Amino acid sequence: MTEATFVEAVNRTLAHAMREDERVIVLGEDVAEGGPYLVTAGLAEEFGRERVRNTPISEGAVCGVAVGAAQSGLRPVVEIMFIDFITLALDQLVNQAAKAHFMSGGQLSVPLVLRTQGGSGQRNGAQHSQSLEAWLTHIPGLKVVMPSGAADAAGLLLSAIADPNPVVFVENKSLYFRKERLTDPPEPIALGRANTVRAGRDVTIVALSRLLGDALEAASRLAQDGIEAEVIDPRTLVPLDLETLANSVRRTGRALIAHEAVAAGGFGAELAAQLQAAAFDYLEAPIQRVGAPFTPVPVSPPLEDAYRPGPDEIVRAAKSAMEWGEYDAEPWDHGAIAPP
Amino acid sequence: MWRIRCFEERVAQLKRTLVVHGLIHLSIGGEGVAAAVCGQLRDDDAVYSGHRAHGHAIAKGAPIDRVMAELMGRVDGLCQGIGGSMHLVDSEHGFMGATGVVGGNLPLALGTALTQHLLGSDEVTVAFFGDGAVQAGHFNETINLAALWKLPVIFVCENNGFAEFTSREEHSTVERVSDVVAPYGFERATVSGSDVPAVYDAFGAFLAKARRGDGPFLLECLTYRRRGHYEGDQQKYRDAAAEVQWRERDPIARLTDFLIEDEVVDERTVAAIEREAAAEIEAAVQFARDSPFPDPAITADLVYAK
Repeated sequence: MTEATFVEAVNRTLAHAMREDERVIVLGEDVAEGGPYLVTAGLAEEFGRERVRNTPISEGAVCGVAVGAAQSGLRPVVEIMFIDFITLALDQLVNQAAKAHFMSGGQLSVPLVLRTQGGSGQRNGAQHSQSLEAWLTHIPGLKVVMPSGAADAAGLLLSAIADPNPVVFVENKSLYFRKERLTDPPEPIALGRANTVRAGRDVTIVALSRLLGDALEAASRLAQDGIEAEVIDPRTLVPLDLETLANSVRRTGRALIAHEAVAAGGFGAELAAQLQAAAFDYLEAPIQRVGAPFTPVPVSPPLEDAYRPGPDEIVRAAKSAMEWGEYDAEPWDHGAIAPP
Repeated sequence: MWRIRCFEERVAQLKRTLVVHGLIHLSIGGEGVAAAVCGQLRDDDAVYSGHRAHGHAIAKGAPIDRVMAELMGRVDGLCQGIGGSMHLVDSEHGFMGATGVVGGNLPLALGTALTQHLLGSDEVTVAFFGDGAVQAGHFNETINLAALWKLPVIFVCENNGFAEFTSREEHSTVERVSDVVAPYGFERATVSGSDVPAVYDAFGAFLAKARRGDGPFLLECLTYRRRGHYEGDQQKYRDAAAEVQWRERDPIARLTDFLIEDEVVDERTVAAIEREAAAEIEAAVQFARDSPFPDPAITADLVYAK
């Protein structure tokens, strides 16, 4: 075991995968220089600039090159520097990568990992702070992974690189410099297995990526009020471990889904629909959703801080679920997260 | 070329009776490019095409009966009937795929060329595209990357003068596609796509260099699209006068005349080639008709590779 930041965990895992398999290459803007968060630092020095390829600012073609390389025998890990720029690569991701295996009747496969990072919190503004993962979960053929910390990032990335399908690996910039203990070399964590991080009997909190830490903090505060929350990290949105989530909700009778993305049309909506179908008879309260309001991300610090969902919102929504049906209960304000 | 011509004429008929499905884009008039290019490639060379792909697939070696079955949505089609006309793939013969999004195939082809380069093979990749793709962002991004990375890819533009319903001069101020890439400094050429020996020679020269790992190259072939953008296109934009010159532009007629003149073949041999092609297509239609539609359960199984 060793201690490492999220950035170091991803970096070491990439290096490990490249040492193990010469078909693994890394490409993207500035990757040979390490990139803005130094996730790929040192790779070009160890593996050379043929396998660690700097690219021009051409997200569409670069993603397409990675798809073409993947379906011809390489295992590319392509980086889109900010998830906001994935808009420029979506044709290749959605129309080519996701459909190649299907449209070819199984002749082609696309063992591609697209690494990117999203999330607010660094005053980067509306075009460098988004959480767009829900779009990708709507596309059959893509897998979508959202690690919540360094150890999971390492294990999930290893599985993503080994997977024969296109996997979008969505990191969160707020997690990048948080340290965790992890194994060295990394051990794979299977895609499609949720992680029950805290056990509890009263309410199930399903938390994605950065919101996992906030959910654990919220659970500690709720415990002081006698509410025992179970906190689960689904780890991967596609494939989704519905069984683990639904089993928990059947036990607790209450569910809350927390993510950083805009709540409206977010992955929480899909999770809520699937959970109510799987556990309807057990529900004591409507499924709560905590997400960002229906606005772009502002820069001004107090405004961005207010925008970001966190432990306070999770505590309020959990209490709303617990108090549902009581005479003086105040429902969690869904108005803020709904579109007009 | 005759096999492609017969195949596509038959497909046009079958489309009218809805035996083949979906949007059908025919290459009648442009078969010379497919034949002259793919005829020089090996099975392990890769070819990518666009939406007008039947000729490229057939010329690259895809079994014609399985191409027909694919267009008819049958389980014995190249892609089990899942892909259809715009998404033909025959990986065994290096036909890595057609794509229905104009220009979307270009970076894919570069990715395969990158694989060939990194694995140190002498294989090459060819990307077919039309002049309409040149105005797409993917084209310029891919050309820049290809020039930068010097990969063994040959871009073959079939410039038929129309992007869907609209003539080239309404889409761009640059008439020649080979001029669009001029600043990048790699080798390029423009030839008549109706002149099969000219296409053969120009492509062959690029291919020999690409085999040694050089690249990229761009070959622009000026072709004539005899039919509409797709089957059912009313073609109100077409110039009637162009039809009169059809015989001069028909690559098959021109090559036939040339070969007969040079006494390489006689008219009996030509007639025999035509008959053989027609018989092969009828057998392909029968093969496809005899093939069942796929079981609906296969769609869910094909979403993810295992």
